[in-house]
Amino acid sequence: MINIEVNGKKIDAREGETILSALKRAMIKVPTLCHMEGLKPTGACRMCVVDVEGFNTLTPACSYPVAEGMKIKTHSPRAVRARKTIIELLLANHPDDCLYCERNENCELSRLAAEYGVRERRFTGSRNRYPLDVSSPSIVRDPEKCILCGKCVRMCEEIQGVSAVDFIRRGSRAAVGCAFEQGLNISSCINCGQCIMVCPTGALREKNSLKEVIAALNDPEKFVVVQHAPSISVTLAEEFGVNPGTDVAGAMTAALRRLGFKRVFDTSFSADLTIMEEASELVHRIQSGGPLPLMTSCSPGWIKYVEEFYPDFIGNLSSCKSPQQMLGALIKHVFAPKEGIDPAKVFNVSIMPCTAKKFEAHRPELGVDGIPDIDAVLTTRELAQLIKEYGLNLGALDPEGPDGPFGIRSTAGKMFGATGGVMEAALRTAHYFLTGKEMPNLKVQSLRGLYGTKEARVSIADLEINVAAVSGLKNAAALLEEIRAGRKNIHFIEVMTCPGGCIAGGGQPLGADTDAVRARMQALYNIDQKENMRTSHGNRMVRELYEFYLEQPLSEKSHRLLHTHYSKREVLI
Amino acid sequence: MMNEQPQETISRQPGQSLNHDNIQAVLAKYPNAQRELLIPLLQEVQEQQGYLSKDAVIQIGKHLKLPTSKIYGVATFYNQFRFQSIGKYHIMLCRGTACHVKGSFSLLNTLQRLLKIEAGQTTRDGLFSLEVVACIGACGLAPVICVNGEFHGNLTVDDLPKILNQYRNKEKKGDA
Ligand code: SF4
Ligand code: SF4
Ligand code: SF4
Ligand code: FES
Repeated sequence: MINIEVNGKKIDAREGETILSALKRAMIKVPTLCHMEGLKPTGACRMCVVDVEGFNTLTPACSYPVAEGMKIKTHSPRAVRARKTIIELLLANHPDDCLYCERNENCELSRLAAEYGVRERRFTGSRNRYPLDVSSPSIVRDPEKCILCGKCVRMCEEIQGVSAVDFIRRGSRAAVGCAFEQGLNISSCINCGQCIMVCPTGALREKNSLKEVIAALNDPEKFVVVQHAPSISVTLAEEFGVNPGTDVAGAMTAALRRLGFKRVFDTSFSADLTIMEEASELVHRIQSGGPLPLMTSCSPGWIKYVEEFYPDFIGNLSSCKSPQQMLGALIKHVFAPKEGIDPAKVFNVSIMPCTAKKFEAHRPELGVDGIPDIDAVLTTRELAQLIKEYGLNLGALDPEGPDGPFGIRSTAGKMFGATGGVMEAALRTAHYFLTGKEMPNLKVQSLRGLYGTKEARVSIADLEINVAAVSGLKNAAALLEEIRAGRKNIHFIEVMTCPGGCIAGGGQPLGADTDAVRARMQALYNIDQKENMRTSHGNRMVRELYEFYLEQPLSEKSHRLLHTHYSKREVLI
Repeated sequence: MMNEQPQETISRQPGQSLNHDNIQAVLAKYPNAQRELLIPLLQEVQEQQGYLSKDAVIQIGKHLKLPTSKIYGVATFYNQFRFQSIGKYHIMLCRGTACHVKGSFSLLNTLQRLLKIEAGQTTRDGLFSLEVVACIGACGLAPVICVNGEFHGNLTVDDLPKILNQYRNKEKKGDA
């Protein structure tokens, strides 16, 4: 422990930590634009400068270590002036587009400009003109609004191991872009949207699908059905100013009905179904000798990553479609005929925590007889926008229950929303499949929590099963490298593209810190603790679906609707 | 105004490009290359190909296990690399001190405007490419440009359209 003095008050700092980290713990706010928790500081933006007694120049708090007896002023006149100048310079060649900007009211740059009282243009730089990149099905890049903080570049490279974007050129012509300044669609981008989550401005955003959805809702010919992913109900409320970790499943269902959706289904139902199929696949592969380890296939960013960077592991991927696609196929090919609705009139909307789901919905491999399973994907943020646009007050709506038959879920399916959740759910069901009995303690503690890589060993009957749950593709790559190098003792790997899983997906409410993500995760665990139906095989609607239609897991019918295949993908640039 | 002056730096022929196998041959010379060799490799491929094609960058990336975005980022950081094959008429504009003093910056701007390209690029019809070079050793003629080895010196921006047209006409005659 070392003592430092900040703004005249003593605070405790830890050996080796940065000034910024000590300030954060003491709840003293210093603005940052390029700082990323958990990554090495780059010192690119210099917004975090503070005045340290005895130092001639201002010191960047994000990269400078504390020292015994250090006296710091976070808001000395020259520190404040420096920050203000930085903001003014960033705005010098910035488009004055706030009113029309996706990030209006949620922009770190404009918030800082307001906080520091920047109310006139002091520098006029020539504005950089760059084309908008709308080539990707998931992400829109607007380089004119980019302030070159480098966070997206680092996220893409250091957390996701993709490096679709990087800094190009230098000086006044520097920009962030893909190789050869081509569109994201032909780059290695896996559509995860994590770059959006860290971008302080409107330079990165999702490809918005509200227009199609609103058009479908107003089309009397269309039967518009909605499904919501497991994590949405525990994150949506944040968009309405409610604390992270609040579950609003009932109010959300009510809101979706008010918006005009004819049926409100729950993707957690098809998550249960995924578990039935995937656990059967696991048991089958263990008994018939491979290919192992089996790897989950519900996260579309991860799938594209394997296709591009690790095609030798394609055979390890589960052939299960993701829950989104499974439910889409079931709605069109089982629910519609049964209800006497023309499947061609069904318009499937899914509310997802994820921008890559927009890409997934377009994949030709996913669909049945040329009919796409899903017609439009909205992120949590887009749903919030739709609810606001329709003037609905989420807090004032009485909770409502989901529709049958695809609204019933177990808590196992619900836990798909957090890293480790799929694995926990799968183990519960694999245990039942192998022994005919329930797992004594359904909870697998070592698969819980916000760690990038988690491993567990479970004994089921006379089998020792080793499993891993990883999130953040750099972590997944590290595990794959171990396997390439000869590691043989893993049977089953769950991979979620986004660090923490869907609760921190690229379509979730912006500005969440680790604590907020942890609260979202806890909300899912609480649901698992509170409710009684805690296994996917225990979901009565899932059982009914097998009895009434699918027969059994991995049957011919389930293969037609619920499974797919993948192939190697060349990165074009 | 036109001056013929032998210069050994002007040996490049327009339109050469390396095919896939040639690039592989270059890479094969450095079997265990690491990241440090990125710049030398880019230079060698550009030396042979006249520019860095997409295919070349992708292959260098695979060889060095570097993402193409990173390679492109590094390559655009330096002024020496180009990503389009040079045009039939390759214009080198001197930005040395003498030329700078005599207004080479406005020559650059005017050329970029007239050709609708930036330095380092090639016109869509493949006729002209533009490159900015440090002193080409013709300070006596400042400000100077050099087109496929032909020097044009003591220029003003008003001379440029004439010079470009001269090459365009040559091209038309050649076609007829
Ligand atoms: S990015 Fe921020 S500052 Fe820039 S136009 Fe959008 S809201 Fe305004
Ligand atoms: S969406 Fe993901 S992969 Fe694509 S550029 Fe952003 S961070 Fe990289
Ligand atoms: S796009 Fe956003 S995150 Fe990336 S460098 Fe620009 S401002 Fe930063
Ligand atoms: S946050 Fe410290 S330099 Fe950007």
